[in-house]
Amino acid sequence: MKESIALMWRRLPERYKLIGSACENCKTHYFPPRSICPKCRRKGKISRFEYSGEGKVYSFTEISAGPIGFEHQTPYVIAIIELAEGAKCLGQIVDARLADVKIGDPVEGTFRKIQSDDPEGPIHYGFKFRLKK
Amino acid sequence: MSGIVGYGAYVPKYRIKSETIAEVWGEDPDRIKEGLGILEKAVPAIDEDATTLAVEAARIAMKRAGIPRDSIGALYVGSESHPYAVKPTACAVAQALGAVPNLTAADLEFACKAGTAGIQMCMGMVDSKMIHYGMAIGSDTAQGRPGDALEYSAAAGAAAYIIGPNDESMAILEDTLSYTTDTPDFWRRPKADFPSHGGRFTGPPAYFKHVMGAFYGLMQKMDEKVENYDYFVFHQPNAKFPQAVAKQLKIPKEKLADGLIVPIIGNTYSAASPLGLANVLDKAEPGQRIFMVSFGSGAGSDAFSIKVTDKIKNRDRAYPLSKFINEKEYLSYAIYSKLKGNYKGM
Ligand SMILES: [Zn+2]
Repeated sequence: MKESIALMWRRLPERYKLIGSACENCKTHYFPPRSICPKCRRKGKISRFEYSGEGKVYSFTEISAGPIGFEHQTPYVIAIIELAEGAKCLGQIVDARLADVKIGDPVEGTFRKIQSDDPEGPIHYGFKFRLKK
Repeated sequence: MSGIVGYGAYVPKYRIKSETIAEVWGEDPDRIKEGLGILEKAVPAIDEDATTLAVEAARIAMKRAGIPRDSIGALYVGSESHPYAVKPTACAVAQALGAVPNLTAADLEFACKAGTAGIQMCMGMVDSKMIHYGMAIGSDTAQGRPGDALEYSAAAGAAAYIIGPNDESMAILEDTLSYTTDTPDFWRRPKADFPSHGGRFTGPPAYFKHVMGAFYGLMQKMDEKVENYDYFVFHQPNAKFPQAVAKQLKIPKEKLADGLIVPIIGNTYSAASPLGLANVLDKAEPGQRIFMVSFGSGAGSDAFSIKVTDKIKNRDRAYPLSKFINEKEYLSYAIYSKLKGNYKGM
């Protein structure tokens, strides 16, 4: 599924810098960013929050049949990462196979190509994670 | 005067051995290893390109410099493998660093010396107080035609340097000098997937003439000599060329060793001499002096005289280049070809 140029551009802060949001009222962190705190509703005070990229593996799996645009990248590991600042997010673990990863492994953020299968289209870049050694 | 306020180096995890490539083309692996002095080379992962390598190196440089990200006034990325023909690599790097929007940025191309050309540009801008800090990056995912001699050497890596005022620097850029001519030793036309080269013509009239020209030029300008330097870093398209230069200049082997990493990572093009310098800075002591000469086909060389300061003692040691060199995984030729996109219909 191709995303529009406008959507790609709007998501650059979130994809390049792991910018999410946090509620100043209840101190909950969100990623991807939210414009309303679901806990506090109208009392919530949402602001931009930049994650460090540090975190640990909460759960993971290996993809052996990738969706269109990712079929040549298989096999690759995707994981739910518990970010050090609180929120959880979904991301790929680079330079690793299933056997290399364990729940609880520390990771750090990295910057990779997400999708570039269209030779005349834009290259999509964004965050992924790397096992920290 | 300006200097190096921070630096970062990155090499991808994957390697292919020279003998793995030699086996495919029926070449004698020992002849390749002895002839080029390259044992293995670094290969980018399927989701890496010159932009992502540049971001990795730049983020380490920022961490080491410990400066605010919006203080970078100029950002130059030198590469011969910019992912786009039109759309600057430097913009994506600046955005990924959070250095946007108040900076000037551009991509540079000068075969293997575009990274050091960027360092010179930043030096001029810092010295003239046009900017406070500038970042120069050399980053490449070099391509060699399958079966060509370049296939054994064309590798991937990136090095980033933050140039700033000398009183904030861990190494002072004492002086620089360049030597440039029009020389058809190596080129790639638009839309060509692989570069072409002049075979043996890449030696005496290209590499040696320009490296020596810049070396003697700067030594004479500064009235300096080999004995006054602790380390030498030369562009390293293979191990043979820089070793021959060192021999001719009577540079002891141990002064060349730390800056000569091509045998274990290959020729990283724009990143080659900058990565050699990073490996030297990772162990250099205050007061030591480094002489670096880059080379880019086409052709030109930039020479630098560098003096390490006391600030080197406070450098962040979390991400030395050796960490990325030592964490490696070997590839088969089949998987290497896939990562390089060498299969039809991919
Ligand atoms: Zn809330």
